[in-house]
Amino acid sequence: MKKNIFKFGSLAAFALAFSIGLTSCGGGNGSANGSDSASSSNEAITGAGSSFDNPLFSKMFAVYHDSAKVEVNYQSVGSGAGISQLTGKTVDFGASDAPMNGKQDTAAGATVLHIPVTAGAVVVAYNLPEVKDTLKFTPEVLANIFLGKITKWNDPAIAAANPGVKLPATAILVAHRSDGSGTTAIFTSFLDKVSPEWHTKVGTSSSVNWPAGVGGKGNEGVAGVVKQTPGGIGYTELAYAIQNNIAYGKVQNKAGNFIVPTIESVTAAANINIPADGKIWISNTDAADGYPISGFSWVLLYQEQGYGNRSQEQAAQLVNLINWMIHNGQQYGAALHYAPLSAAAVSVGEALLKSATYKGQPILK
Amino acid sequence: MEQTMSANGFVNLQETTIARKTKQVNRSNNHIKGEKIFKGLLNFAGLLLILVVCGILITLVWQSLPALRSLGLRFFWTDTWNPVTNVFGALPFLLGTLITSFLALIISIPFSIAVAILLGEYFPKGGFSNFMRSTIDLIAAVPSVIFGFWGFFVLVPLVRIFEIKIGVSPNGLGLFSSALVLAIMIIPYAASLGTTMIKMVPSALKEGAYALGATRWEVLRSVILPYSKSGLFAGILLSLGRAIGETMAVTMVIGNSNDLPKSIFSTGNTMASVIANEFGAATDHVYISALVEMGLFLFLVTFVINWIGKAVIKRFSKNG
Amino acid sequence: METKLNYRIAKSKGMNWLIILLSALCVLPLVFILIYIIKAGIGAINWNFLVSIPKPVGEAGGGIANALIGTAIIILCATVISVPVGIICGIYLNEYKKSKIAYWASICVDVLQGIPSIVMGIIGYLWLVLPFGGHSAISGSVVLAIMMLPIIIRSTEETLKLLPDSLKEAAYALGMPFQRVILKVIIPCGFSGIISGVMLSVARVAGETAPLLFTAFGNPYVEMRLTQPMQTLPLLIFNYATSPYTDWQNLAWGAALVLLIFVLALNLLTKLITRRWKVQL
Repeated sequence: MKKNIFKFGSLAAFALAFSIGLTSCGGGNGSANGSDSASSSNEAITGAGSSFDNPLFSKMFAVYHDSAKVEVNYQSVGSGAGISQLTGKTVDFGASDAPMNGKQDTAAGATVLHIPVTAGAVVVAYNLPEVKDTLKFTPEVLANIFLGKITKWNDPAIAAANPGVKLPATAILVAHRSDGSGTTAIFTSFLDKVSPEWHTKVGTSSSVNWPAGVGGKGNEGVAGVVKQTPGGIGYTELAYAIQNNIAYGKVQNKAGNFIVPTIESVTAAANINIPADGKIWISNTDAADGYPISGFSWVLLYQEQGYGNRSQEQAAQLVNLINWMIHNGQQYGAALHYAPLSAAAVSVGEALLKSATYKGQPILK
Repeated sequence: MEQTMSANGFVNLQETTIARKTKQVNRSNNHIKGEKIFKGLLNFAGLLLILVVCGILITLVWQSLPALRSLGLRFFWTDTWNPVTNVFGALPFLLGTLITSFLALIISIPFSIAVAILLGEYFPKGGFSNFMRSTIDLIAAVPSVIFGFWGFFVLVPLVRIFEIKIGVSPNGLGLFSSALVLAIMIIPYAASLGTTMIKMVPSALKEGAYALGATRWEVLRSVILPYSKSGLFAGILLSLGRAIGETMAVTMVIGNSNDLPKSIFSTGNTMASVIANEFGAATDHVYISALVEMGLFLFLVTFVINWIGKAVIKRFSKNG
Repeated sequence: METKLNYRIAKSKGMNWLIILLSALCVLPLVFILIYIIKAGIGAINWNFLVSIPKPVGEAGGGIANALIGTAIIILCATVISVPVGIICGIYLNEYKKSKIAYWASICVDVLQGIPSIVMGIIGYLWLVLPFGGHSAISGSVVLAIMMLPIIIRSTEETLKLLPDSLKEAAYALGMPFQRVILKVIIPCGFSGIISGVMLSVARVAGETAPLLFTAFGNPYVEMRLTQPMQTLPLLIFNYATSPYTDWQNLAWGAALVLLIFVLALNLLTKLITRRWKVQL
């Protein structure tokens, strides 16, 4: 008898779980239908890409959610994944710190607009608890560390650039990205320009064949490895280093000055003419006080928004969001150490955004 | 009057019988119909299973055709993985998978066999045995992402200290760390199957050996282990299949570098971890296809290993 | 002679201890993991942790409500899909042992069981994400449902196999049609075995990360629509664990503790059921 009761109980429990499952799924569907038909102005926007942008974007989108009541789901999966997900038309917008290359353009099949949203610094972050001074890196030293030729922190080459600093004999652990990354593209574009050996052996791209080190997923992963490993060195966006109290070095620029990555030094590097399509590299800048490993970051969207079963509201929502990002959204950059866009960059972005269409009709008036 | 009444009664009776009969016929018709529908449903479910599996296989083959066409068999024995130039050689990942899973296997074998002997022979019943068995089963239940998380924070720093001691480059992350995590993860698989297999050794054999004056260890070594060795082997094979396909825990501690591994302490990538890292980011169709081809290969390898393992078990159970 | 015997006995004793030692060492990792995760996770869990959504990167606080709800929805839907299909397949395999299709279907169950989870992720992306133009919770549910199938099918099949034929024969003798024999006699008798299979399968997929990487994708908000990307606990742990943010790591430890408790509790409950009804799995 007792057994039967127990059995019945479990049957009832199962039935309950099952029905909850059904109703919750049904509910899910219902609300999906409901919001599809009733209030498409609150459709969620999905974006993916650059982890370089993630600290800034997550702040921007949280503010935007509070003011415009639009949920923007941004996944920090790396610039490479951002481009491929946009190409696969699985997300509404992508974000990348490297402009799309010819092959990616072909894969995209249609024009993809590159709207500059911010500029930032890729810093050389390291974990040496013994060293209190800020280390200086020359381009040669940097290239040789990431080529795996300098393996100890007390290497004469590093010491030569840092007179007076007592360097430990700790082994160097290079941390780089394991995913396709615009941060990698900015960093390698710098090394490619300054080191002939890097140019022949490795080259520049959003994912390269690293001669040494361990890979981490996203800026988060690289910063995580560096923070976790004494002797670690890696390249991340400035915000990641500052927010996590990771030390980062000064890097020698073309003019021979050792520059600390700051909003000012990035702004100095970004202070050049921006072409109409928005695509430009600013690494290894000529500016005397410019930080040499800086880069723009772009939001990517299809120029023609009327693809798949996208509604006009969706397209308008997306364009409004990006328009907000390049105008009002800029004020949130400074606190996170991203350089705000110059007026010239904003007007280029605006012009590009105005060229976005839905079934041939311009979206932004 | 009486006649008619009885006739009427008879007619009534007959009518009701007929009605009941038709009802019954209807019901059994319904039953037959229901049975047909039900059997159709069952058959459909069986077919659905086959369709899903064939669908998976066909999708994988179809999607890996571009890579097969442009790279051919070079894919498996070249070591350059360069998405920029569309040159893809999976050798580093093949080696990474091979090294991590076999290393994990070697580390885990003494432990899993010890557990199998303990639970199968020493303490087949009782509270202690229940406790051990539950614990081992629970290890199998821990999600792999949690193993990876724990490995990243606890095991990797320990491995780094060890690497500094023996004087190799102190990555911490790397093939060795992933092999350790994998070893912990696969012990339960070999252990639980091994327990069953050791329990199946006929007690007459063991008693015979004891009667001849053999010690417990001698009985184990010369009766139980030889008798159950194919079963133990099958358990080890199944745990190997599990190690090869493991993704998340490995991805988190292997160091994700696409080079040919130089030693067991260097960083690397397995086939599964490279898919996890790069599949979402691949734009070029040859690139995607190369990753899918690796998935297909992974699928086939685990299938073959599981197949052999299950065949061995089947033969063993039939003999036993 | 004496010494040799002593040597043999000593060796046997030594091996005894070695085996016990090695086995005890196997228990250690679980103990370590449990202790570590409880220690690191318990501090993270509070009301706020359970009901709020993540804060912007670098800001303190926030919670995992999005992942908790996402995991619950995705797993419920996976269960709703896989349980009927799995049970029917299990019945089929048990009832039609001799048919050709059942033979192949049975092989397919083995194949399904062996497919690495990352490969299922690829399949989910190619079947359900690309064609429908977006990452979605339902694509994750379907993939998880496929991964649950083999466990449910096998447990159903094994349970039904153990039921005495006399049960079925008696029911047939009473004139019950086939479907009612199955639904009213066989399934209720094997219910506990089937339900433990279902629970085990839920426990197995609850912690799956790889298949969700390319399907459920993640979401910083609480999302109820199945057509939208959703956050889940394993995805959150994976993304936050390797990050440098101490806050995120704490959230991840908390999430790991929640997930671990859920999975282990399901396993223990299954054990209880199987022991109570002496079901074999």
